[in-house]
Amino acid sequence: MTIPVAALRRAKAAEEPVADRRALEDPRAELLELERQGELIVQRIDREAISVTTKYGREKRIQKSHLWHHKSCGQCGHIPGYSTSIFWLMRKLGYDYHDPHDQTSCTGWNYYASATSNPAAQAAVAVRNFAAAYETGYFPLIHCGTSYGHYKEVREELIRYPELRAQVRAVMAKLGKPLVVPEEIVHYSEWVHALRGEIAAKLVRDVSGIVVSVHPACHYHKVVPGDAIYDPDIYGGQRTAVVTGLVEALGATVHDYSTWFDCCGFGFRHILVQRDFSRSFATLRKIEVMKEEANPDVVLTHDTGCVTTLDKSQFAARAHGRNVGLPVMSDAQFAALALGAHPYRVCQLHWHSADYRPLLEKMGIDWERAWAEFQSDLRRLESGEKRYLDWDDADGLNDDNGPH
Amino acid sequence: MTVTDSPRQDTDAHYKVWDVAGYADVPRETKVGLFEQVKADLRFGDYLYGCYECGICVGACPSAKFYDFSPRRIAQAAAREDVDLIYQQMQEDIWDCSQCFSCLRCPRGNNPGGIVTIMREVAVRNGLASAKQALVGYSRIIFKIMSTGTQVSPDMLGKDSFPDWGPETADVADNLDLWRRALPPETMHTTTTGWSVAESTLIELYLIWMETGALDMIAEVDPGLYTILKELMEERLEEAGFVS
Repeated sequence: MTIPVAALRRAKAAEEPVADRRALEDPRAELLELERQGELIVQRIDREAISVTTKYGREKRIQKSHLWHHKSCGQCGHIPGYSTSIFWLMRKLGYDYHDPHDQTSCTGWNYYASATSNPAAQAAVAVRNFAAAYETGYFPLIHCGTSYGHYKEVREELIRYPELRAQVRAVMAKLGKPLVVPEEIVHYSEWVHALRGEIAAKLVRDVSGIVVSVHPACHYHKVVPGDAIYDPDIYGGQRTAVVTGLVEALGATVHDYSTWFDCCGFGFRHILVQRDFSRSFATLRKIEVMKEEANPDVVLTHDTGCVTTLDKSQFAARAHGRNVGLPVMSDAQFAALALGAHPYRVCQLHWHSADYRPLLEKMGIDWERAWAEFQSDLRRLESGEKRYLDWDDADGLNDDNGPH
Repeated sequence: MTVTDSPRQDTDAHYKVWDVAGYADVPRETKVGLFEQVKADLRFGDYLYGCYECGICVGACPSAKFYDFSPRRIAQAAAREDVDLIYQQMQEDIWDCSQCFSCLRCPRGNNPGGIVTIMREVAVRNGLASAKQALVGYSRIIFKIMSTGTQVSPDMLGKDSFPDWGPETADVADNLDLWRRALPPETMHTTTTGWSVAESTLIELYLIWMETGALDMIAEVDPGLYTILKELMEERLEEAGFVS
């Protein structure tokens, strides 16, 4: 038997406590101890930070500024308004950041899809990115839910297994980099949650009439669950507080639904090569249930795969006459819209599939005018007047009639 | 040998008979060897603690709602060291898992999704038929992530690639270059990668794939892709001053 029954019986007979190795109580403390032993370097939070509470009560600090943006390949590649909105919010709040070229994907999507990798490779990819951030002095902020969950797994494995640390250290030495891990692994939605008060203070649109349903991302709150943010005032502390906390701070209304714990149907390999599963699960277990039980104006979530699957799966279901038709976007995109961001220049909603226009109208956004402005931008690019649009263009500072 | 005897497969209703299973039987020693590789993974001891038979993992599992798949059977087969069933799972079930880790709801602390991850790695390393079958159509994605450092690129949204995603996806394909140039972040004006990755970063990534054996893992399951990637990486590493 693989289960160590005899050892457990011996321990029970001797009334010895049996070590519970299921989850590390305080990974930060473990990292600092390993640093004291010379095993690795811990990148410290070195700017103003906000304290939040995690699932089992551990305090986690979220650095507000000077952040190294670990981008998401799925966001940048297929739903770029997701990444752009995160940057835009940070600029709107006046916090500096670094958007690196010296960054790879976590490669987790491929790993969970195809298993064509191994723990050492995955840990080395993570640590290479951590080291790249450490070299700049900026603190990592992870855009993707899977990258965040996967990096938490990697951190646990590096803490637990000395042989893995030795292997990764040897690889990093060949790269001329140290084995470095940040003091906290922080997802952007945690930054948004921690700063939701500052975000709400810059609200320019009334969203009190907007009903939202929230899909909590599996790799945020199920993978190494002890590190996710919980708040006794949100769902009684029985569910992660991120996304919902932001929606409430902005003044919109959250409507709950019974299949909130279900995944979106992404499946990693399924969304790419076996989409019948993804489409069916996303629409039958999520979108239709949301429509029937909560009837929201918009579905908000906080991960790359979830936005993709829940949004893109609705077209085929509509062809089958299913009860679908809900716009899907990230918490960052919704917050940006509420703070006055342009729906196309910033939030890039033309990359989405489900119809978002009724939501914009309910938020008081003239999408027809906004689309005309974006088309005007594109003509400037086509004419050669500009090669690329920039942040001033995104905020309408270069418009003939001034900012939108 | 720690493996216990299990019932003969052709007389036990729990197992498919080989002529309907769709893959060939292998000697018992081969099955034992595969499971020994699973057990040897450094994570295995932290993924399996026992089973209350409560079925919470199955209730939470999206794949169990859609396929003949059960995270409980994954955990129990591993705990019983039932190598016949484990082999069957490695040839069929493991590729149904969504890797969402909803099964971590297990009150005993098991990680059936994690066990599946390990079983998949062993299936890939050993070139099992299920791994080859599961990765059909996936080669271009492995090539993309291993060679460019970003898995999802804008140009994957081809007009014919995602017809079930609706006409909006075709609009993206039609306007790809222009719409990418309209993005405010200067790192995201790319079409063949998610963002612009520095050349020196790619060299470091190639070293990681080669030094950790990740590249060698695909030699069995996709020899053609392995050869292409190996030549690409060795050439770039040599140009960068690393002796292959």
